[in-house]
Amino acid sequence: MNIKHSKLEAINLDAYYGDFHALKNINIAMEEKAVTAFIGPSGCGKSTFLRTFNRMNDYIDGFRIEGQILLDGRDIYTNDVRVDELRKEVGMVFQKPNPFPKTIYENVVYGLRIQGIKDKKILQETCEKSLQQAALWNEVKDKLDKSALALSGGQQQRLCIARALAIQPSVILMDEPASALDPISTAKIEDLIYELKKDYTIVIVTHNMQQAGRVSDHTAFFYMGELVEYAKTKTMFTSPKDTRTQNYITGRFG
Amino acid sequence: MRVQEKIIEGLLWLSAAITILITVSIIWVLLSESVLFFSEVSIVRFLTEKEWTPLFAEKKFGIMPLVAGTFLTTVIAIAVALPIGLTIAIYLNEYANARFKTFIKPLLEVLATIPTVVYGFFALTVVTPFLQSFIPGLAGFNALSAGIVMGIMIIPMISSLSEDAISAVPRSLREAAYGMGSTRLQTAFGVMVPAASSGILVSVILAISRAVGETMIVAIAAGQQPRLTLNPLVPIETITTYIVQVSLGDVPHGSLEYRTIFAAGMTLFVFTFLLNNLSFWIKKKYQEKYD
Repeated sequence: MNIKHSKLEAINLDAYYGDFHALKNINIAMEEKAVTAFIGPSGCGKSTFLRTFNRMNDYIDGFRIEGQILLDGRDIYTNDVRVDELRKEVGMVFQKPNPFPKTIYENVVYGLRIQGIKDKKILQETCEKSLQQAALWNEVKDKLDKSALALSGGQQQRLCIARALAIQPSVILMDEPASALDPISTAKIEDLIYELKKDYTIVIVTHNMQQAGRVSDHTAFFYMGELVEYAKTKTMFTSPKDTRTQNYITGRFG
Repeated sequence: MRVQEKIIEGLLWLSAAITILITVSIIWVLLSESVLFFSEVSIVRFLTEKEWTPLFAEKKFGIMPLVAGTFLTTVIAIAVALPIGLTIAIYLNEYANARFKTFIKPLLEVLATIPTVVYGFFALTVVTPFLQSFIPGLAGFNALSAGIVMGIMIIPMISSLSEDAISAVPRSLREAAYGMGSTRLQTAFGVMVPAASSGILVSVILAISRAVGETMIVAIAAGQQPRLTLNPLVPIETITTYIVQVSLGDVPHGSLEYRTIFAAGMTLFVFTFLLNNLSFWIKKKYQEKYD
């Protein structure tokens, strides 16, 4: 598959939880400013793979990888890479909305605060800009000092996206970002993803075939720790090459 | 069969009832003896007189010196136990690996199993001489070393309960913090501790309540001189030690002097009762609701 510029790459990647071989020799390159969807049945390794890009698996006892993960051509698993710096470049949105038990405002500016930014003007501007990007500004602009936990699930998830955008990452990883939301909130998140790919490289894990079809440019199908097929989303959904892919996307298993 | 069920149910009910009955009778004894005491000494005198000398010829019944002594040793104990206990809790949660944690936690709890009389002698024979080597004015019996050792004793209480509170914070919050590029320290202090603050507060209140009621350490190491002071370097007396002193002495049963211990006991009971209820209330009110 031809790719304009590969933002993220995995080269001969194997991952293990203790003795369990979770990812098997994955090779993939993901295009900049595009949406790549990871699909596959539960336990196929897609979330594990997503989390190797911001090293979120580092805290799991017994987890290790072999091979390379490259961000802009640079290996992120070498010793001179600081994970906290890496995660400012590679933001993440989780399956369940997880705002901090703080105000809406403090949630959005959290990333700036931990970088030591105290300038009120910068914080306020970033807050407004990020909430606007996340299509949440109009709903919350009058209650920025209210607790984030008082928002609805869909609003919380968009708040989490705004929080991730505030530190200006170049990549956003989304781990089933709409699976805990109602259809209307899901549609809003999908619209948002479509907007965001103008500026960001997005990798999304999803269980929802229609969602993958709607939002992504490329799709990667994982099965039992293997990358079975990786192609343009249109191609994969209309003419999958592998029978396993075909069976999965037509709903024969999963 | 049915009869057997009834008997077992009855026994279970009885054991619950006995516990409540004992509590009620203790409160009853405290109350009735205190009422007799306060019929002779007014509550105003009790709360405002600045000296506590019920065993002297010239009797003064101001509880404040005992309250001050209790307050002083408790504050010192918490000042020792809170920073250390909280640091341990954060370390165990955010830094220590799982194997080390399972090894170190029971070890910490050993601190809580040492008899308090041993702590008392430790304070008197080790800590006080050690402190005297660089605090020249320190008396042989003092609030400082008793407070410090009491603090050491309640470290496991704070560390263990705070650790529980921090690990009860949902993993998703920790992931959110790490995902934003927080360091471990920023995650611990910026997210985990605030989210667990109600649980940590409860641990501190229970620790205070434990320190207020602690008897042996202060009886051995703090001296037994009621004194209205906040100077930690001189001998003081706490409410609990006074009760021990009189209970062991030859004060005639039924006398006014004898009843002072019930008044003191009542005061102590009110303190710990309020503290325990406060912790219960905080737990209920601020229990974080993240499903």
